[in-house]
Amino acid sequence: MKMRTTTRTGAALLLVALLASACSRMGDEPVPYGASGGYSGGDALGGAGGIGTGALPGGGTLPGTSISDRVLFSVDQSTLAPQAIGILDAQIGWLRSNPTLPILIEGHADERGTTEYNLALGSSRASAVRNYMVSQGVPDSRISIITYGRERPVATCADESCFAQNRRAVTVVTGGTGA
Amino acid sequence: MVDRFRRNLLIGVPAALASRPFAALAQAPLRIEITEGVVEPMPFAVPAFVPDGGAAAQLAGQITQVVIDDLAGTGLFREVPAAAHISKVASFDAPIAFADWKAINAQALITGAVGVSGDRATVRFRLWDVFAQAPLGEGLQFDGSTANWRRLAHKVADQVYSRLTGESGYFDSRVAFIAASGPKEARRKQLGIMDFDGANPVMLTDGSALVLTPRLSADARRVLFTSYASGAPKVMMLEGGGKARTVIADASGMTFAPRFSPDGRRVVYSRTVGTGADLFVGDIGGRSETQLTRGSSINTSPSFSPDGNRIVFESDRGGTQQLYVMSAAGGEASRISFGDGRYATPIWSPRGDLIAFTKISGGRFHIGVMRADGSGEKLLTGSYIDEGPTWAPNGRVLMFYREAPGASGGPQIYSVDITGRNLRQVPTQGFASEPSWSGLLS
Repeated sequence: MKMRTTTRTGAALLLVALLASACSRMGDEPVPYGASGGYSGGDALGGAGGIGTGALPGGGTLPGTSISDRVLFSVDQSTLAPQAIGILDAQIGWLRSNPTLPILIEGHADERGTTEYNLALGSSRASAVRNYMVSQGVPDSRISIITYGRERPVATCADESCFAQNRRAVTVVTGGTGA
Repeated sequence: MVDRFRRNLLIGVPAALASRPFAALAQAPLRIEITEGVVEPMPFAVPAFVPDGGAAAQLAGQITQVVIDDLAGTGLFREVPAAAHISKVASFDAPIAFADWKAINAQALITGAVGVSGDRATVRFRLWDVFAQAPLGEGLQFDGSTANWRRLAHKVADQVYSRLTGESGYFDSRVAFIAASGPKEARRKQLGIMDFDGANPVMLTDGSALVLTPRLSADARRVLFTSYASGAPKVMMLEGGGKARTVIADASGMTFAPRFSPDGRRVVYSRTVGTGADLFVGDIGGRSETQLTRGSSINTSPSFSPDGNRIVFESDRGGTQQLYVMSAAGGEASRISFGDGRYATPIWSPRGDLIAFTKISGGRFHIGVMRADGSGEKLLTGSYIDEGPTWAPNGRVLMFYREAPGASGGPQIYSVDITGRNLRQVPTQGFASEPSWSGLLS
């Protein structure tokens, strides 16, 4: 059974800030995330205060924590940006302290690509997250992946502010809550 | 006289152009004028088919209307409405008063009769060349169950279309599609099948599991699709009226984007491999599969050539989505798309001459066609999302889906002539996407 918490606190604020910085630089061409955005990895909550307000639609956290459950991607890309690595490192820390819980990585795409291609792209994004976690010592056997392509957006407006939120890989804890 | 008449009709009917190679379309000046200019649809009249007995009265009227709708819906023909008719046709075998039809400029006249016996219906029809005052082809008769009366009408319309254009028709055909409802964040999707004109829709899945990318077999008896019923997406197949359910290939990874081989025995599809996706082909119901592409890139949306020898597909191996053609046995692939933007969902025409595709360029999605070697690219439509073309059985018309932007936007199915004219929405009850057109039914 899928479990998701409804905790949307600091991590959500952080993501809003990251999105705000990312949006201004994203056009039709893929643009890598830069070092700006007030976050440099390690602590998923670091430095978010005062940057932005408002809830991120669908944004969640790992159970009992304020660790973001998702990483975002550039247009048509499945490489992990520095911000994404930081969030994944926090997730991996949590996975180490909850070593029995299996997880499902959901890969998603925005609606500016075709259905079938986006299924593959969502899989690429989920695979990239899995590969990174495995490279950091998380047992492959704990991790399942699934792609939803563009079928399950969290934001539905027709501009980059929504597309950016939909280009995501979400870590879902599929066992008990563990915290 | 018939020869002259036909020639005159053909000049005004762009459908006949497809009997020439696509190259001639693009290069012969006269043809370009005909194709691109304003074409006056050919006027035709269909006096109400004569009921053979009172039991057939209602059905005769319904069949008449479907014949009219089929022909007028092509954009190639224009109905001269019954209110303008001078003559009435009271008997199927009565002499035709050609002068009366000539006076209202009905160049083609279709007369018919409908009989009903129990749950069986019979339709007879004749096509007349009004100005030549002669029949155009033999009279024909179709029999079927009254429940399938629309098919009887489509059969008549296909015959008329074929005789007037020199092309086979496409009306007696079906379309698999995805019916969608609910909010955009959690769309409920069902696999459906309907007649080409949107009539007789039937849902084949209950909406409990997400379903995508249906592909209908040429005989409309089987449909491949991508299903989340078992968790991650898998290629599945429905046949036998939606009862049987067979997993095509069940192994590692996720499978999606299936398509039948022309003989209907094999299926080609994508399987996720590592961070990419590769193409595989396998026998339907079999356990073995053959890997056709290898690499870390995304390879998907495969489509066989009609002779089964080649496969066109999309790949981002060169950096962005482009179209490639390879042998159906795999191996080296040749890139065929070179324009600006990204190319996706290539579908080989049943004629073999053209490949239809989705193109993403300038922030818009387009439906286009190109020759099988990639030359002669032509965009037919464009909007926020225009995607997923599928060919009419005669290779003259495409269906695709168009999705409006925003939270309240949803997809609808459209059809368009390969000249880019006659854009029409296919009526569906709610949101509908991902059409897949069968062949002409027998």
